[in-house]
Amino acid sequence: MNIIVCLKQVPDTETQIKIAPDGKSIVEDDIKWIMNPYDEFGVEEALRIKEKFGGEVTVVGLGPKRVTEAIRTALAMGADKGILITDDALEGSDSLATAKALTAAIKDLDYDIIFTGQRGIDDDLGLVGASVAEFLGIPHIALGIKVEIADDQSSVKVHRPVEGQTLVIESPLPVLITAQKGLNEPRYASLPGIMKAKKKPLEEKSLADLGVDASEFGEAARKLKIIELTPPPERKAGKIIEGETPQEKAAELAKLLHEEAKVL
Amino acid sequence: MDFQIPENLRMMQETIRRFVTRELEPISQQVEQEDHIPEDIVQKMRELGLFGLSIPEEYGGLGLGTLGEILVYEELSKTNACFRSRIGTNNGIGSMGILFDGTEDQKRYYLPKIASGEWTACFALSEPEAGSDAANVQTTAERHGSYFIINGLKHFITNADVADVATVITVTDKQKRARGGITAFVIEKGTPGFYRGTIERKMGLRGSHTAELIFDNCRVPVDNIIGGEPMIGQGFKTAMRVLDKGRLTMGACALGASQKLLDLCIDYSKERVQFGKPICKHQSVQNMLADMATEIYAARQMLYHAAWLRDQGKKVIKEASMVKLFCTEMACRVADKAVQIFGGMGYMKEMPVERFYRDLRLYRIFEGTSEIQRLVIARELTKE
Repeated sequence: MNIIVCLKQVPDTETQIKIAPDGKSIVEDDIKWIMNPYDEFGVEEALRIKEKFGGEVTVVGLGPKRVTEAIRTALAMGADKGILITDDALEGSDSLATAKALTAAIKDLDYDIIFTGQRGIDDDLGLVGASVAEFLGIPHIALGIKVEIADDQSSVKVHRPVEGQTLVIESPLPVLITAQKGLNEPRYASLPGIMKAKKKPLEEKSLADLGVDASEFGEAARKLKIIELTPPPERKAGKIIEGETPQEKAAELAKLLHEEAKVL
Repeated sequence: MDFQIPENLRMMQETIRRFVTRELEPISQQVEQEDHIPEDIVQKMRELGLFGLSIPEEYGGLGLGTLGEILVYEELSKTNACFRSRIGTNNGIGSMGILFDGTEDQKRYYLPKIASGEWTACFALSEPEAGSDAANVQTTAERHGSYFIINGLKHFITNADVADVATVITVTDKQKRARGGITAFVIEKGTPGFYRGTIERKMGLRGSHTAELIFDNCRVPVDNIIGGEPMIGQGFKTAMRVLDKGRLTMGACALGASQKLLDLCIDYSKERVQFGKPICKHQSVQNMLADMATEIYAARQMLYHAAWLRDQGKKVIKEASMVKLFCTEMACRVADKAVQIFGGMGYMKEMPVERFYRDLRLYRIFEGTSEIQRLVIARELTKE
């Protein structure tokens, strides 16, 4: 069973995001970059399937050189090889262009399942997975929280949550599945894994290597234009409930929830 | 000059950081109360590869260089010190004697078991009469044909309670002592005449135990001498090489703990309000924070530099002693200020600050006291 995982590098959730002077991008200087957590679920699931059925896990990343670190992390977790699509012309690409480039890198590989995260935690668009499936002409199952491969390895059942229920979707292979929180608990890249990752193949590909036209990528080719970024409004200070006894405090809290917050 | 930490070492830092945050820190106070690390956590530490950091790959370890090893120690020291102590002997004093001076057979037999953490290794040098004066060991090893009979008492032996194998420093010639009369043995648990004595009650480092080891007519073959027959009488050099290597790692532990204390103090001083403003706005507290950060910065630079020198194949006897001396003394100053910034809360058991304060006090004593480090530095400075 050969599996491909697409991964994105995103700012750490604990990073303080600052808007750049142009008002359309963020300051990248002090950002700590991590593997998109939803993609990490994909890597973990791919490794579990590989451990059960054998085969190879390939991770494909896109972006500047620093994305190597996210790919190496996946290799350290146990993936077999990595591909980094990197090209100055990609700078500023939107989700559609990203999906096109990923498709170009994936289409000639041998795969049964492709995992992507259900969305990147930075842009929160959730477009790349579905777009890659569309470009490749294969089924797309979103928001998987459980993946069951048939014993004969010809099909897959994916569980996805819908309003407190679970929808079970069956698909032939190959298929693209987007990973949702709850799919698994990703492993750590162990120290021996990190040492081994140094020796695993990591290929870099430019747009020319992929045989695609650079003019379809980058800022100029965006279908979605970012007009302005604004920080969220500052949070108002909390309210401390006064009172001598727990009973008094509870009564005051109930009163405020009823009269001020109007939730009771 | 290049101050970049290589990518794979940064990844290791990140892994340890996550492991500390997710697995160790949540139970650090529980471990403190129960004075015991749960076995499932030890197992996770094995799976992560923490027991074989510096043991070469050919013997089942990671084969990390000095910089790699100290970075792991630094991160791992940002929580309860007992976790670091649990892996410390396998990576350091418990295995290095075998690695440096052991025979090939000894290395092949012991090191993979130690590197995987399947076995725990300890280092038995200290005795009631032999602390800083290490050559004054009273544990004797007397030769009887192809065997030695060992008698004596070791104490303060870290991880002796869980150890499967010990490096044991004995005197084989009381006249010669450091100059050809000390011999190092490797002795397995269960060898007749080899017992564990009392587990000692300490000020800190709860969850990590030190104990006595008792040798009562313990009979071991010549093959158990580290390095075999040719190394009879050469054990003092082995012991000193083992301790030399540990100095930088001890510096890293003190540094990691100091950084954690500073981080805790920064967070607390922003939240704690007195006289109508957060205490980080009070100059007295600002002075303390600034001094802590400055000393930590200095300590980190000297530690990384000495590690880098050692990885370049340079001798770092003086530098390693300087690092151990400065980092551990600095850590105690930082811990003292941290207690002060936390005030009454800093003295309470609910807060990790109190625990760090007690734990760090040991760092100026074990693996060569501050006084011995100064002696080494001065000797290096003034030698002909």
